[in-house]
Amino acid sequence: MALSEFWFLLIMILFIGFFVLEGFDFGVGIVARFLGKTQQEKGVYMSTVGPFWDANEVWLITAGGAMFAAFPHWYATMFSGFYIPLVFMLLALILRGVAFEFRGQVDSNRWRSVWEWSLSIGSFLPPLLWGVVLANFMIGMPIDEDMDMVGGFIQFLNPFALLGGVMFLCLTITHGLQFITIRTTGELQERARKAGSRIAPITIVLFLAFIVVGYFVSDVFTYHGQTFMVLPMLAWVALLFANLYNHQKLDRNAFVLTTITMILITGSIFVGMFPRVMISSISEAYSLTVYNASSGAYTLKVMSLFSLTLLPFVLAYQTWSYYIFRKRIKHDDELEY
Amino acid sequence: MDPVLIARLQFAATTIFHYFYVPVSIGMAFTIAIMQTMYVIKKNDIYKKMVKFFAVLLLINFAVGVVTGIFQEFQFGMNWSDYSRYVGDVFGPSLAIEGLLAFFLESTFLGIWVFGWNRLGKKTHLASIWLVSLGSVFSAFWILTANSFMHNPVGFELEGGRAQMNDFLAILGNPHFWAQFPHVLLTSLTTGTFIIAGISAWKILRKHQLEMFKKAFKISITILAAASFVTLFTGHWQAQHLVEEQPMKMAAVEALWEESGDPAPFNVVASINEEEKENNFEVQIPMVLSFLSYNQFEGSVTGLNDMQEFYEDKYGPGDYIPNVTVLFWSFRVMTGIGGLMVLLGLYGSYASRKTALQDRRLYLNLMVYGMIFPFVANTAGWLITEMGRQPWVVFGFMKTEDAISPSVTANEMLFSLLSFTAIYTILGVLTVYLFQKHIKKNDDPEDTKEEMTEDPFDNEGGNEVGS
Repeated sequence: MALSEFWFLLIMILFIGFFVLEGFDFGVGIVARFLGKTQQEKGVYMSTVGPFWDANEVWLITAGGAMFAAFPHWYATMFSGFYIPLVFMLLALILRGVAFEFRGQVDSNRWRSVWEWSLSIGSFLPPLLWGVVLANFMIGMPIDEDMDMVGGFIQFLNPFALLGGVMFLCLTITHGLQFITIRTTGELQERARKAGSRIAPITIVLFLAFIVVGYFVSDVFTYHGQTFMVLPMLAWVALLFANLYNHQKLDRNAFVLTTITMILITGSIFVGMFPRVMISSISEAYSLTVYNASSGAYTLKVMSLFSLTLLPFVLAYQTWSYYIFRKRIKHDDELEY
Repeated sequence: MDPVLIARLQFAATTIFHYFYVPVSIGMAFTIAIMQTMYVIKKNDIYKKMVKFFAVLLLINFAVGVVTGIFQEFQFGMNWSDYSRYVGDVFGPSLAIEGLLAFFLESTFLGIWVFGWNRLGKKTHLASIWLVSLGSVFSAFWILTANSFMHNPVGFELEGGRAQMNDFLAILGNPHFWAQFPHVLLTSLTTGTFIIAGISAWKILRKHQLEMFKKAFKISITILAAASFVTLFTGHWQAQHLVEEQPMKMAAVEALWEESGDPAPFNVVASINEEEKENNFEVQIPMVLSFLSYNQFEGSVTGLNDMQEFYEDKYGPGDYIPNVTVLFWSFRVMTGIGGLMVLLGLYGSYASRKTALQDRRLYLNLMVYGMIFPFVANTAGWLITEMGRQPWVVFGFMKTEDAISPSVTANEMLFSLLSFTAIYTILGVLTVYLFQKHIKKNDDPEDTKEEMTEDPFDNEGGNEVGS
């Protein structure tokens, strides 16, 4: 495997880590203010991701840095091309990030309400926009011979992209609700289960629609052969079973399965893109690939050394942090938020 | 409007704002780690209360620093895509390693620290704040290796119109970096400790938990005094380095249009005429510029006009003189305030060892209002560094005007500039509001006793009073 191919794999892993981890804290952020009836309850829901959300977001920052280092052209084309969606995404990430810290600082209902809304809206926009971005990745974008994306941002809002956006949004909500069921107890947990089973049919239908439409409008699911269609289908089956387990109150299983859905759908898109990193809708020749968009061999070697040394430690201490805070949060716990 | 100007304005605005928070986080995390270490060693609960008091501020500060930091990384690709393509090989790795090594460490252990008071052993919990502090220092390290490349590009070769890394150790050993890193680290310590000392001074003036805040003042002012004092030397060293590496920048800092005499005098103030490329008048101290540049009282310094001629020969026609007025005055603001902070720090270290600190009201008030000082000095320092590099984005290789994203329209950039400026302004106001709110709260000593009995560490620690 060439180093540039290895780096594609690594960036895929970073994005999977981001979508799996930040996926559930987006979900929790969206639902917290609607699911919690009192200040305390909303605080409990927020606290389920309290120790984690910040580190989860670092997966995105690191993915961005890794793209910059390993595929400067990919980073440059994508970030300048998706300019307006990224502006909104970053504003949303700012809103939700400070919402966690600010909400508990002033003892006033109006103050808290402002930050609960910020958290909700700030958590709502990024998965919606990532869905739009991923769908556009699949169908290709007008990239010219200078590797620049042309045509402005309205083109991103095509029907398939909107489907992708709404689907991804629902998926993170489902994923987030399942996370709540493994982090809380009693009435609060039951409420998340119920909400989960209510949104599940919508997520399941949208997900199926996404892979069926995706099959026809994009070559990504079948680029390496029809059998690769198995990946998104398996993701969908996992989602079905997640809902089933949710009904049976087997919360851990349900969460593991929504995690698998997240991994498989992200993975299937990345795998189907390969070796392309950005598909040009103008001409196949203008597509960015792992070969024409990558850094030099020396940079990739240095970066490989660093990441292979550091990543195991990162995974170890992040896992440890989830282990420390494995205890479920009770309704009457004293909260940081 | 010119997209280059908008993109530059956005970079300046968002970076200056982000850098209000970064040094506070670096300095505060370190000082809080010291306080918590004293708590663990001396087993005196007063240090724990101190840590918890300042932790609230650290968290508010950290949250804003993190969320504004994401845009810092993204805007290279968003506004400066041609720059990113050109230098990604060399510049990108620093950012990636910063994420992998520093940000993961900082954010994971900050979560563990904040939520882990009752879940971890005392020493493990202490280790977590030290790892946060270490992470923040790593972060400064890596981002400055990237920044240094823009000033003194090393460790690469040009291939296919792009800079490709060929010597990673040269990037780590970049002399620009080693002149800059200690300066940034020490000034960050100064900034963070100034905030802690200033807040403590306010509390002492109002006799809130006097014993605790006197201790907090003593700890922070001691670090401040040491850090700001050493900064005098690192700054001097850095200036000597820059005279060699970026003579144009240093000539601009001096508003020195023509070659100086030998020994070179220092312009204390000057009326700068950038049109005519001369000063209308100047007030000078003899020999001082020679000392600043070469650490000796002899040697002449090259002027702006000579450098302009030299660069025209080397790089072709163009205007290579940065904004002299901004650089000249920024330098005087930075060094003036820097010197003032050294004096405040040294005096405070002395005064805090006397019992009557609460009576030195003038000094304490100076420390309260002086909390603005480090931010002004830091901003001035970065203006010198970054505006002094213009017209280059990568010195000698890429001009700023060639670095922006060709596919992004001026309107899109303007929209982005306005929305980020708006949200950052709100964040800034809220930060100050929340800081004030937390500081003004006076915890009644009766309440704190109650809180102490709930302390799970009590069984291990006990409450004996430390010195």
